Parts: sequence; structure tokens; C-alpha cells
Amino acid sequence: MSPAKQTNSADYLRMYRQMVRIRTFEDNANQLYLSAKMPGLTHMYSGEEAVAVGICEALTDDDRITSTHRGHGHCVAKGADFKQMFCELLGKAEGYCRGKGGSMHIADQSHGNLGANAIVGGSMGIATGSALRARLLGQDDVTVCFFGDGATAQGLLYEVMNMAALWKLPVIYACENNGYSEYTKTAEIAAGSITARAEAFGIEAFKIDGQDVLAVNELTQKLVARCRKGEGPFFIELETYRYHGHHVGDINRAYYRSKEEEKEWKENRDPIIRFRAWLVEQGIASEEEIEAMNAEVEKDAAEAVAYAEAAPYPDVSEVDMHVYAA
Amino acid sequence: MREITLSQAVNEAIAEEMRRDPTVFLLGEDVAEAGTPFKVLSGLVEEFGTARVIDTPISEPGFMGLAVGAAMTGARPIVDLMFGDFIFLVMDQLCNQAAKIHYMSGGKLNVPLVLRTNMGATRRSAAQHSQSLQALVAHIPGLKVAMPSSAYEAKGLMKTAIRDNNPVVIFEDKLMYQDKAPVPEEEFLIPFGVANIKREGTDITLIATSSMVQVAEKAAELLAAEGISAEVIDPRTIVPLDEATLLKSVRKTSRAIVIDEGHQSYGITAEIASRLNEKAFYHLDAPVLRKGAMDVPVPFSPALEDVTVPTPEGVAAHARKLCAGEMIHAA
Repeated sequence: MSPAKQTNSADYLRMYRQMVRIRTFEDNANQLYLSAKMPGLTHMYSGEEAVAVGICEALTDDDRITSTHRGHGHCVAKGADFKQMFCELLGKAEGYCRGKGGSMHIADQSHGNLGANAIVGGSMGIATGSALRARLLGQDDVTVCFFGDGATAQGLLYEVMNMAALWKLPVIYACENNGYSEYTKTAEIAAGSITARAEAFGIEAFKIDGQDVLAVNELTQKLVARCRKGEGPFFIELETYRYHGHHVGDINRAYYRSKEEEKEWKENRDPIIRFRAWLVEQGIASEEEIEAMNAEVEKDAAEAVAYAEAAPYPDVSEVDMHVYAA
Repeated sequence: MREITLSQAVNEAIAEEMRRDPTVFLLGEDVAEAGTPFKVLSGLVEEFGTARVIDTPISEPGFMGLAVGAAMTGARPIVDLMFGDFIFLVMDQLCNQAAKIHYMSGGKLNVPLVLRTNMGATRRSAAQHSQSLQALVAHIPGLKVAMPSSAYEAKGLMKTAIRDNNPVVIFEDKLMYQDKAPVPEEEFLIPFGVANIKREGTDITLIATSSMVQVAEKAAELLAAEGISAEVIDPRTIVPLDEATLLKSVRKTSRAIVIDEGHQSYGITAEIASRLNEKAFYHLDAPVLRKGAMDVPVPFSPALEDVTVPTPEGVAAHARKLCAGEMIHAA
């Protein structure tokens, strides 16, 4: 864990709370799937919370992000509300996308989230284009492009990094390396080094522990500030781990990764456990205060799930609404 | 009225809209100093600078993706895709991203972008620089598709496209860039979804897109000499389609041929013919015929290429048979 920096302790507590909110959201989403209350599948972010929170806590509401199929964590971290998120997961009218997007397209657009994207690597152009727009219109916001290690195999990444580097665009490529490209070890699909891919374009690249929320946040704050000064783009590889399978239905996964490996990450590298211990050690929060915070988040989530379950589906007349904008 | 080329019309439309709205910008391969290989955009970089007329690397999916992101966040990009054939390269960004984002976000995000590209064979450019792929994108909900048939339409439709809040694909016929037509000096826009009756007639309706309007008009001349009165209609936009005008005409003439330069199978002609059959069947005296390009990759040799596209003589021959009540199996 990074040494304590003199930051407002409210910031630390918010970071902790946001990580717990993501974990709690995912636990509830998983239960909705297991109890057959959620249509379709979903991809759990549990285990990667420090990445989304460390980065999004360094951004303002004007800064944009693009997200992935594993996008609930980014959505929560960028400021979304549980009720509208659970409504979206259940295909209800009050969902952020009026039930038209679901888990794989979830986004609270009003906080600068340009959407989860179900095409692996599909949002790399969007993020870079958002940064191009900022430059063109003289706006000083920064865009963060979240994607996984698997997406580094998409050619689009190299096309857009080339243009971002040529034109010094304010975009940060955040590669969440959770070690697995769906059901395949990343080492089997990615030759060479991940950061070297960005360095080939002259983009400054960093590799950090994605389970250390303070380290992620500190680096992102620096890079965001440099982006605003026209020193972008940047690339960060964040070493992290997904606790669940590729999606909620990927239960029996011994053929591609061991139970021992999962246990090691969950017990010894969990971002929430580590940050909680640090908060207590630094005297920022007591165990009791943390337990109270956890309980509050759990209560919020339970209420939001109940709300979403009772909420109405969109009227059938909405099916051909929003195909075209007025 | 003054006459300008289709190329000048496109250039004027883009320049006017860039003057009007600072969020409009251009990007694509060789759009700046080179002004594109067809020189359609010449002079724009001199007026608007390289910040708004952006030369990109040869990375079609990449710059298409950039346009989507810029459009979602408040700019109005015009993407220049050098050849329509390259649309296959941008399919994910165009069809999975741009076309669906408004819908998937429940109407919260818009993607106001224009993808201008071209179509048209007989330029001796072979199979990868000659295709007319409008049917591919017209199939995808969320995209609008415009097909200007002259300099007048090219200007009016481009201005409407730039102001539209949706992704719009404009196919210009690359053989028509130097064709002149009367275009008013004063500002005008052509609304989407409004067909243009180019020539009135009573015996048969020829519905034609882009350069096929010229083919239909020539066919109508040939037919007129024989006493057959053909009505020629240009839908101008394929999506949205002015079905009402087409149906009204067909109910009057009771016969129709639909002409488009895309491949005939599963194409624009099939879609329009099908709608006429479904909605005007009891007014028809003959089957609605399709006239598209042959279902072959476009060949290089002039001897082969010229037979792949619809011609005035071919259209007139079919029209003649339909009007004579002959049983024909045209496809």
C-alpha cells in the first residue's frame, strides 16, 4: 500500500465506500442471475474495484469514460445510482437506458459515462474521438478508455493510439489486465509486453498494481493533470483479477485457472480488504465505522433491488422509440 | 440559374455548414491539402485550417471510431471514406456503434455524424473500387442513407445530413463528380424522405436512385418515342423512404421498375419492389421488376464491366414488355 498522503480523509472514505458499493452491487447482480430474476447474462467486476474507483475518483463529471462489457464497476465509480442501475439490469423503464441496453450497455450518461460496450475493444475509437472533440472545441476534459487485456488483440487499439499520439489527445488508455481473455490465459494470446505496445507510438506507459486504490488514484491524478496541459495521451496497465468467471454462467473454470490462484488473489490481494486495513491503521476510520458503512451500502442495494423488481417494464410502444434522434 | 458540378456542390455545402457551425469538422485520408483524390474538398483546409480539416492515417476503423466519439460528445464530424468499398472496414464502428448508441442509451446519447462516400461502376477500377453498397447500411436501423442524383441534390442533402442528429451515410456516384446541374446561389436544404418526381407519366413508373436517375430518364425518352409515357421518380433518400409518393405513382401507372446500381439480389430494388407489391398489389397490372447490377464482383475489362450495370436500353426493353402485357421473367 502507498504511504499516507495528506488528502482529505473524506476522499479516502468515499473511495472505500465506492469500492464496497461496486462489490455489493455485483453480489446482488449475481444473486439476481442465480435466482433467474435477471434476463440474460452479466460480467462481474468483483475483484477489480480499485481500478475503476482509483481512476474515476481522479476525474470530474465533465471528464468522460468509455466502459466495457464488464462495466458495472465503471458505472458505479463514475457516479451512478443503484436504483437506475438495477432497473436497467432487469430491463425496467426507469433504467439508465430505459431497459434498452441492459448490463452490457449500462451507463449513467449524465456523469460522463459514454457507455459500456459489448464489442471487445469497441469503445477505443469513441474514447479517442471524445478526446479529439475536446481538443477541437477547446474544452479541457479528459477521456479515460477502459478495456481489458483481451482487447489489446484488437487492431483498432493501434489505429487510435497512433492518432492520439500524433495529435497529443487528452486520452488515457486504461488496460485492466485481469490475466484472462475470456476463457484463455492472457499469456497465450498476447505476445511481448502490453505497455510496449503503447511505447511503440511514443506514448508514456505505466504498469501498476491495480489492487492498490491509492496508487491507481495517485498516478491517475498526475496523468489527468498532464492531459489537461496537453501532454497526453497516456497508457496504464493495471494488474488486477476478476473473482468470477468470464460471465456469471462461467462456473466450472478449473480447465483454465486454479482454485488456488483465485484463493490467493481473494485472500491476499483483495483491494477492499487491503484498503480497509490501511484506513484503520492510519486512524482514518474505526472498524465500527467501516462496518456501519458496509451495512449502509448493503441496505441501499437491497432497497434498490426491491425497487427494481417492483418497477414496471417499459410500455411495448417504446420498442421503436429512440431508433432515430429528433 | 448558374450551373455547378456535383463536386463543387458538395464542397459548397460543407463549407457553408462549417462557416455556420464551429462544431462541424472533416476527417479522412487526404482530405486537407490533397482535397481527396477526386478533389471534392479542395480549398477547405485553406479556409478552415488543419484543426478542422484533418488528414488521418490510412486507418478507416480508427477514424470512423473517432468520429463516433466526437459526435457523441458535442461535435459534428464529416467522415470522408475515399471509396465506398471501404465501408466494409468501418462496419463495426458504423453499424454496431454509431447506429445503435442512441437506442441502446434509451435516447440519452446522439451520434450526429455524416459518412460521405461513393459508389458506381464503369470507371475501370475493378472489384474493390467500384461497388455500390448502399443496401448494406440501409439494412441497419439507426442509419439514414442519402443518394444524390445531381449537383442540386448533392448540396441540399449534404446540408440536411450535417444538421441531422443521426448518423447519415451519403453515397455520391464517383462518375458524376464533374456533371453540372443548376444549383441556386441562395441557401437551400432538401429534406430527407421527400422523393422528387423528375418526369411525369401515366403508363409505367421508373423508380431510380443516384446515377440510375439518368438511366431512367434516358429510358423514358426512348419509351416516349414509342408512345409509352413513363414517370421517373428519385427517392433521394433510401432511409427514410418516401413510400407515399412511390405508391401514389404506382397506383396511377399500375406498373413499375425499380433501378439501383447495387447488386440486384437482396438489394434496394428488392426492398422497394416488395413494398409496392405489399401495398399496391391490387393496383398493379404487371409484376414490379428490379433492375440492379449483376450479381458478380465488378470485373475490370470494359468489355465485361459495361454489361454488369443497368442501361437505358435494358430498362426500356423491360418497360416495353410490361406495358404490352407480355409474360416476362426478368430476373
